[in-house]
Parts: sequence; C-alpha cells; structure tokens
Amino acid sequence: MKVLMKADVVIVGGGIVGTAIARELSRYRLRIILAEKEDDVAMGTSKANSGIIHAGYNADFKTLKGRLNVKSNSKFDKLCQDLKVPFKRIGSLVVGFTREDLSKLIELKENGEKNGLNNLKIITGDKLLDLEANLNHEAKYALYAPSAGIISPYELNISLAENAVINGVKILLETKVVDIVQRDNQVIGVLTNKGLIETRVMINAAGLYADEIAEKIGDDFKIKPLKGEYQLFDKQWGRLVNHVLFPIPSKLSKGILVTPTVHGNLLIGPDSYWVKEKDNLATTKKGIDEVYKGAKRLIPDLPRKDLLINSFAGLRANTRGKDFIIRASKKIKGFINVAGIQSPGLSSAPAITEMVLDILREVMGDIYPKLELNYRDNFVETLDEQPRFADYLNKLEEWQEIVEKDSDYGEVICRCEKVTKGELLRAIRRPLPARSLDAIKRRIRTGMGRCQGGFCGPKVLKILAEELKISSLEISKKGENSEILKSKTKEMIKEKNS
Amino acid sequence: MKLKCDLTIIGGGPAGLAAALEAKKNGVENILLLERDKYLGGILPQCIHNGFGLQYFKEELTGPEYADKFISQIEKHKIDVKTETMVIKITSGKQVLALNRDDGLLNINTKAIVLAMGCRERTREAIAIPGSRPAGIFSAGTAQRYINVEGYIPGREVVILGSGDIGMIMARRMTLEGAKVKAVLEIMPFSTGLIRNKVQCLDDFNIPLKFNHTITNIKGKKRVEKITIGRVDKNMKVIPGTEEEIRCDTILFSVGLIPENELTTEVGIKLDSVTRGAIVNENRETEMEGIFACGNVLQVHDLADFVTEEGEIAGRAVGEYLKGKRKYRTQSIKIIPGDNIAYVVPHHIDYIVPDRKKIKLFMRVKKPAERVRISFKDNKGKKLASYKRKIVTPGEMISLFLPESVLTEQLKSVTISVKKENKE
Repeated sequence: MKVLMKADVVIVGGGIVGTAIARELSRYRLRIILAEKEDDVAMGTSKANSGIIHAGYNADFKTLKGRLNVKSNSKFDKLCQDLKVPFKRIGSLVVGFTREDLSKLIELKENGEKNGLNNLKIITGDKLLDLEANLNHEAKYALYAPSAGIISPYELNISLAENAVINGVKILLETKVVDIVQRDNQVIGVLTNKGLIETRVMINAAGLYADEIAEKIGDDFKIKPLKGEYQLFDKQWGRLVNHVLFPIPSKLSKGILVTPTVHGNLLIGPDSYWVKEKDNLATTKKGIDEVYKGAKRLIPDLPRKDLLINSFAGLRANTRGKDFIIRASKKIKGFINVAGIQSPGLSSAPAITEMVLDILREVMGDIYPKLELNYRDNFVETLDEQPRFADYLNKLEEWQEIVEKDSDYGEVICRCEKVTKGELLRAIRRPLPARSLDAIKRRIRTGMGRCQGGFCGPKVLKILAEELKISSLEISKKGENSEILKSKTKEMIKEKNS
Repeated sequence: MKLKCDLTIIGGGPAGLAAALEAKKNGVENILLLERDKYLGGILPQCIHNGFGLQYFKEELTGPEYADKFISQIEKHKIDVKTETMVIKITSGKQVLALNRDDGLLNINTKAIVLAMGCRERTREAIAIPGSRPAGIFSAGTAQRYINVEGYIPGREVVILGSGDIGMIMARRMTLEGAKVKAVLEIMPFSTGLIRNKVQCLDDFNIPLKFNHTITNIKGKKRVEKITIGRVDKNMKVIPGTEEEIRCDTILFSVGLIPENELTTEVGIKLDSVTRGAIVNENRETEMEGIFACGNVLQVHDLADFVTEEGEIAGRAVGEYLKGKRKYRTQSIKIIPGDNIAYVVPHHIDYIVPDRKKIKLFMRVKKPAERVRISFKDNKGKKLASYKRKIVTPGEMISLFLPESVLTEQLKSVTISVKKENKE
C-alpha cells in the first residue's frame, strides 16, 4: 500500500472542531495531519449556522454542552483578536410574550446561574423597547445575557486552519477517509482516497459523518441531520436590531432568531426539521415561509421578502438530543471521538479542544510505544492583520497608504461588498489557499452581497485561473464536479455539427 | 489625490456617455467621467446582438457599435475619463470619493453630479426559489458576459426563468452556441420583454415559452441536475399536480433589473418605491439640487436609445444649472400615476422654460391592455391631453408628450390614466 505521509496525529474533519483541535495541538512537537473530504475547510455545519457565541444558559448544567459553553465564552475575545476574526459581544435577548413565557425565562436564568453565569437579567416592559425599538410591542419580558456575541463562523474556522498550517499542521483537502488501519488493537494508519497516512492517534471530528467514521472501528452512535434554514438581508438592514433575539426555545432548538451579523447583514432563522441525507442543504418553500413568519413575530417590521439577498440551509449533527460525544474509544487504542457537536458547538469549541487535549494525553500514554506532548518553542499564536477595504470606508486616508504600497488594493472587483483585487490575491496566496469561488467568497465576501456574484463572479474566476495557472474551465464553485463553465465558445457548436 | 471639476458623472454606460457629451455641448467645460469597469460602454460591450440605434441613429447597430459611436465622441472632445475607478461615496456638499489603482483615493470637489450607475439583475435569492445551491445558476447577464466577453459557455442544457429581454436574447445566444434551451418560463401570463425579442429570439428558434410557470425546486449537489417547474394560478401560487421535472445543467434567471442606487440612498436622496430610482423633475434633477440621475439608475429602460435620450436631458440640464439662470415655477406640478399606470418619470415639473414646446413623459402600465386611451387630467379632472394606443404592456415603456401650452401657472398636478377606448 502506498504510504502518503507519516503522522503522529490525524484529525479527520476540517470543521470548527477539527481545525480548533489542529491549532491547539500545533503548540506541541507533533506531526499533525488534518484530512478534509471537501475542497476547503468549513464545508459542513461550520459554514451554515447562526454564528452566535452563546452565553450558556440553554443547556443543562449537568451536560458537557452546558459546562463547555460557559467555559469557552470568555475565551473568544483573545482568540478572535489573535486570529483577526470579526467578533462582537452584542448580548442576547430571549423574548417572551406571556406569563408562561416568563416562567420559562426564569427557568433559563436559573439554569444559566447553575452553569456559572452571574450576569443574566430579566428585563420587562419599556426597558425592553429601549434596548430594541423595533421589537414586537406585544413582547413583555426578556432574558438578557450580555456575554452572548456574534461571529463569522467560517472565518473563525478558516483562521484556525491557517494558524494551524503556519504552525506545521498539514491540511489535506479532498481527502476522504476510506478505512482505519489497526494492529494489535491500536490505530496505525488512516487509509484515504489519496493513499495511506501512517499515524499513532486519530481524532474523529467528522461532523455529520462522525458516526460513519466511528463505525469503522466498531464504535456505535448515530448522527441524525437536523436541518435549519436561514435567510439573509442586505447590510442596510442589520441595524434593525441591536442584540441577538431569540424566541422561547423548544425542545429541539433555540428557535428562529433575528440577529445582525458581524458584517452588518440581518440574519433570520433557523427552523428545525429532520432530514435523511447528510448532504441535503436544499431550502424549501415551507422553510422559507416559516423562517420569515417566525422572525416577523419578533420584528414585525422585517424587510420585505423580495429584499432577501440569500437563503441557505445547514445541518446540525444531532445525536437525538443527547450530549456531545467527546471521549476515547473503548474499542481500540489511539482513537478519539469528538462527535455530535451541534449547538452550542461553535460556542464550546475552545473548551472542547482543552478537553480533547486532556483525553489525548491519556491516550498517548496508553499506546505503545508511548507518545509525549512537548511544547514547540516557536508556536505562532497570531495571524497577521488582513485589511479589508470594507472596514476602511470611514477612514479612507488609511486605505490610501495601503494602495500606495500595493496598487492591487486600489482596484475594486466586488462592488456590493467593496472588495479589492489585493484582497483576492491575498486569499489565493494564504497558507491555506482558496481555490474555488465559494472558498474565495467565505474569505473575502465576493459574491456575498446584493448581486450574489453576478458582477464579480466572472472577474474572480478569471483572476483565480490566472493565479493558479489553470484553465478557466477548471475553476469550480465548490470543488470537483462543480465547475462553473462548460466549454469555450464555438467548441460546443463544432461538436454538435460534427 | 484631490481634484476639482464642474461636473462628475458616475458611470460610463450609455447614460453617462450621453450626459457627458451633451453637457459639453451646453458649455460645461471641466467634466470628469468615472467608470468602474475596464472600459466605457457599461453593459453594451457584452450586448453583441443587433437592435441598438434604431431610434437614435435610425440604423441598426450592435451594442459595441452603438457604444463606440459615443466613446469616439468622448475621445474627440477630450473629456476626462477614469476607468476602473469605483465611487465609494458622494456627499450632499457634492464631494465624490472614489478609488482606483493609479490615484488611490480620489477626493473630487464638483459643482454638479450625474448619477448614471445603471442597474443590476434580480437574483434567484430575491425571488426565493427553493432548492439546492449548486454550480450552474446564473443571472442571464452574467451568462452573457461569460460568453460574449470571456469566451466561455456556462451550460449545455438550459432552462431560463423570466421572459425579460436579456433572458430571451440569451436563449437565442446559447442556442447559437450549441446549447439546448429546453424552455423559457414566465410567471406572468404575458412576456415581460419586447415583442420583437419574443419573435426573433424564441419563436424563430422554436424555443418554448411557458406562461404562468415558475421553478418550484432546484436539484443537484455540485452542479444543477434537474428542476421542478409548476403552473401558477392568478395569485402566483403553484397549482398542485401541475409540477413536472426538467433535466438541465444550467438555469438562467432573467427576473428583472434593479437600479443600483446605493450611493443615492446613502447621500439621502429619496427613491420612488416603484422604479427604485430617484424622484426627479423634468431636468432629471433629484431632490438634492445639482445632483442629477439618468438611464437605468433612474428607471429601467427597454432600449439603450431611450437611455441615451435621458442622459442628454440630464447633460443639458447640468449646463443650465451651472449657468445659474433657471427660472422656477411658483408651484411645482406633480405627475401622478392613475389607473393602470405603474409609474411616470419625471415625478414633477419645476421650471419655466420659454422656448419649450412639450415635455416627454416616460411611463409603464401595470397590466397589458388593448385599444386604450391614455389621458392626462389636471387636479380638477379637466382633460389636458389624450393619446390612443392599440396595445400597452408592462414590457414596453410608453413615452408621451405633455404640451407646454397646458402648463398654466395654477396647474398643480397631472394624473395619467389608461382606460379602454370604448368606455370613454
């Protein structure tokens, strides 16, 4: 069998959890490989979710979800500062309308306090409208959690990956796990579509597919995809609300929220329903209507539906309402499951990595020959600032200095989101290079705006092909088989006539 | 870099080009034309089909030929042009902030501004078509750019949603390139584009046009694989049982154009909720004095020729504005859309112009009608003028004259209505 690479630890899955673990482990002298089946990181649940860093009052204090969320919340300021990821601690309000709702809010508050949150407040009456002028005037109560925040989940994911790469982690994209190779009841390798990776430890962070990976070594749990649909309004509408607004939560989810995003859009969603396929990301007429209706209950003056600029769906890696699964396998040595990481998974990621590190320490001592965790001396904690023109619109003189150094930063290629060619070239040349239109979009926002890539798409595609020195026909939306263009002009008609 | 000029024109498409040339003819000296793309002409360079210039030049031209006629005049008159220059902001004090590679930040102090930014296409998302999000979904104009400018065909088996002009033109273009256009779907019971385009682009190529149809689902993980379409009732709701699947790898959306008025609203200029363009007087001057708007940023036109005409109105008006000898009416005349009129541009008439004979009004109807009379009435219901039309449809803009002779000092408003001829 062809040995592709040798590693100490292989992480499967390039979502928020896999990349956060990769970055954490890159502090140590280990050979780390992260295998991701798609053409970029952040391609599953991590790219399509609410982008909320929850305060931590929802989940039961006896669960990992409850504990790890609260433990992680305060870590986001430094993490996002280090990695230059947009994060805003705007606080959240769970909104109630009736006496019954109020008792739910009190329950939530008490649960939050058990989780260690001591800054929760119940707000009533006019004070509520002072905080949110556009809130439904029939709303009477709210649970206010000042420590909740908003984040761009895929940008955090990508930055974690880049920082990991800078610190020596190898990320293999379009690399799918076929099997796990074991000897003497111990992991010795991961067989992928690209070849065999020899390894001592494997961490299963495969998100929706974590059950299928675990099954290969006999671990038995099931991940059920629970879909949520979202809708996004243009930037001028983000100012409609000041906080993350939730309805009273149900058993299945926290309900359809209304929130500004870190980039100033208005986001509404998600609904919540079971689907069979783990790649079913289709939006539905029913979902579109329900999300809009749900959001309108909180904000009656929601922008008209025809002002939507995007809608999308995400899948929660649900374990039928059970807790996160973060533990070493009992079936085989050198195998750790980090699975069922649905909400508040993003919010819990920093504490999840700490927990995984503790488990890894034990696992490493348990395998033969042993592995040890020793710090590297040259760990790079931060990423460089990556200036975006859109952030400089009120300080254009400062952008002038950037253009003087590199004139590519003076050429605007995306009019809706105000993105320059310099930013595009940078995204293609980063430690984890973007190679498809969607990968570029997640990094620099070309195509995120009103025209949805209608104007910038052809420009981005052309520059991408030039930079990668490949044909425009090879440029894809999101990896193999999603190429944008079918043929050169005149060729198709020649084919047809011959 | 700081600059001063008399007139800054934002957008180098047919509206901006015409405004620049006409302003020059009317004595405006120091003109700066800013264009965000690499070349002048706006969307015209990618419109390689013919049909341009029939009204304005009385000859049939392609888009690039039509654009060239103006671009060469711009060069001849040595009007300053900056391409690949993106305007970031305009202020009510008539400062224009822009960015390009060579100058970096441009800070332009100008006496007048003409907004000529054109429009963008409405997307699949804005009409909330459900389904997956694979490759193969384009707006018709984007597909046009890929084929005519970049030299690549974005699909082999195509369905087009929307019978707007670009959609129909692209149905023909893709067919000529060897792609199979399986259907053009239109949710309305009538075509939203020009009748001549339906004949020349669809009928002549046997491409089926299905009225009262829309897409109800898009399938495909990586690339579009198939779509479900369905017939809609009067309320645009899909009738259960009418759904059918069509296999295709590409969907083009031609579902309307939206004026690109972000700069306009940011500076505080009010928009008409129907046109989504600025509210203007007969000079195409917005409610902010010295800021004018013309072309598709003001109202989406059917023909480039009309865009040119409107650019010229704005260009001339800038000349008069800068000379400072305009005479206001004691009261402005409001132009009000009445029965079956969706909108009228201009929205009001503000000036007294001694040698003016008539004012051209542009309008669209809400729904098609045959054998109608379009009448102009004053605020007391007195008929000022009326015109017969055999057929009116929302897809064809109507232009009619308001005679100067009826614009008395007391006139407060003119209401325009469309009625069946026999009822009058």
